[in-house]
Amino acid sequence: MGMRETYTESLIRLAEKDERICLLDADLRVGHGTKPFYDRFPDRAINCGVAEANMLGIAAGLAAGGKIPFAETFGCFAARRAFDQFFISGNYAGLNVKLLGSDPGVTAAFNGGTHMPFEDLALMRAIPGLTIVSPCDPYSLGELMEPLAYSDGCVYLRMPRKAEQQIYMGNEKIELGRGKVLKEGSDITIAATGFVMVPEALKAAELLDKDGISAAVIDFHTIKPLDTDLIEEWAGKTTMIVTMENHQKSGGFGGAVAEHLSSTKPVPVFRIGIEDRFGQVGTEAFLKQDYGLTAEQSAPLIRDFFYKLK
Amino acid sequence: MNTEKLDFLTEKAKEIRISTIEMIGNLGVGHIGGALSIVELLTALYNGIMDIDPEDPKKANRDKLVLSKGHAGPALYATLADRGFFDKSWLSTLNAGGTMLPSHCDMNRTPGIDMTTGSLGQGLSAAAGLCLSNRMSGIDKRVFAVIGDGESNEGQIWEAAMAASQFCLDKLTAFTDYNKMQIDGMTADVMDLGDIEGKWASFGWDVQRIDGHDIEAIFNTVEKADVETDKPSMIILDTVKGKGCFFAEGNLSNHNMAFNSTQAAEAIALLRKENKYGNA
Repeated sequence: MGMRETYTESLIRLAEKDERICLLDADLRVGHGTKPFYDRFPDRAINCGVAEANMLGIAAGLAAGGKIPFAETFGCFAARRAFDQFFISGNYAGLNVKLLGSDPGVTAAFNGGTHMPFEDLALMRAIPGLTIVSPCDPYSLGELMEPLAYSDGCVYLRMPRKAEQQIYMGNEKIELGRGKVLKEGSDITIAATGFVMVPEALKAAELLDKDGISAAVIDFHTIKPLDTDLIEEWAGKTTMIVTMENHQKSGGFGGAVAEHLSSTKPVPVFRIGIEDRFGQVGTEAFLKQDYGLTAEQSAPLIRDFFYKLK
Repeated sequence: MNTEKLDFLTEKAKEIRISTIEMIGNLGVGHIGGALSIVELLTALYNGIMDIDPEDPKKANRDKLVLSKGHAGPALYATLADRGFFDKSWLSTLNAGGTMLPSHCDMNRTPGIDMTTGSLGQGLSAAAGLCLSNRMSGIDKRVFAVIGDGESNEGQIWEAAMAASQFCLDKLTAFTDYNKMQIDGMTADVMDLGDIEGKWASFGWDVQRIDGHDIEAIFNTVEKADVETDKPSMIILDTVKGKGCFFAEGNLSNHNMAFNSTQAAEAIALLRKENKYGNA
């Protein structure tokens, strides 16, 4: 089962128990695979047409009426088009609006530069009190859906729609706000977030192991609030922190880690992410390569940085 | 409407207008123009039209108002205080640090405010969401929204207009405060709304148009708007920006205007001299 199927099934499961759960689309019901929710709860599903700003305003009104609305659109529109509506009518108003921004970064692939959000985390991170999650596989997404529904305030959920992959075995405890150590290591710590970069981090750790560098890998499915205890713990255990994200370096996950450590436990932080560039069309494989996000490109850079420190 | 009730509401509107001028005058600056143009509307809504309970401002089964032109907050605060949602002494705290009465409406601070507004264009969407929430919960209550004419430059207003019609939100009644002025000048010069009635009708709304300072007409049109159709209702209020405050009325710079408590006192003294026909 892929991400969007998990998303919709989780919502249906939640909605069966709680009549406050409702869903909104902006003419991307087909793309997000949410039709089963419409079939099961026709009175609680609203297609707002191609009008993301209005969708977020309606979602805020539903939340003001006591509902728990989940609204979805592509990440580019969620973050850029409807930012003020999400900011003011949702977050500033203290309401419970849950917003899915899909196809982040290179996963927008053939939709290209207009649809490729490399900056959504930077925008969203600046919203006070917002919960931001970026799960790396369907299992962890499924585990996070209920805590997200009942977390206080707004949520930004960043994930691709179509892809399938398995990082977790399916019996792990996934807690909102708590990172998950996927691999132990003693030299460096790779903190990764999201569907694209957690697998690259695991691959990079394997490559580094071959060079005699022991790398731990942690999945930060929750970007905000950042699991600062875990970051500080591993900043103490290893020589440096590496961050990996499918987002521009400016204002992203690596920035959040660096900002925190700079004033609590200053250690070298090496960030893998997109350099000050716009998106473009291409396969996901081409894009990962072009923006320097692959394990094969990252591992030598991490290794060289690590050796310079020694 | 009998004469006694109309006299009572006319007097009440005058007192709410006076409170609004007083609170902005105490502060020294504020959105006097667009606050005074909706005083009669707010007076009517909170004194006979809306089903609300000042003792229980958040009760589930109530009518709600989204003041989408959130900068008119002071007029709504004066109305809510008059109705007993909070003590009138709060009115002197407008915009003071830590106040419960900020310039723009905040549902988390002020008892009786149903939606946070201030970024123009957003409130009508929220009002639509409140209607949908009521529908989902089987709550048969009305939702009112007040938008500005300048605010109607915002594209989101028309997105919400389409959606409210598409979703047959017949319990939604919106008002356009058509005072014909916006910050930079006359709406006709800055961004002309053209055939405003035709626009709303073509978006699928029932449309009525009245003198927005005529309390009896407000009651009558709001009642008509509630007749069983599957359409949302728009009531265009022809109003005067800054109405009833001699130095603000018709003054193109009255959107967010500086004046002191002496000027406020002069304006209030003039209002107090007026009889019920508006003649001094």
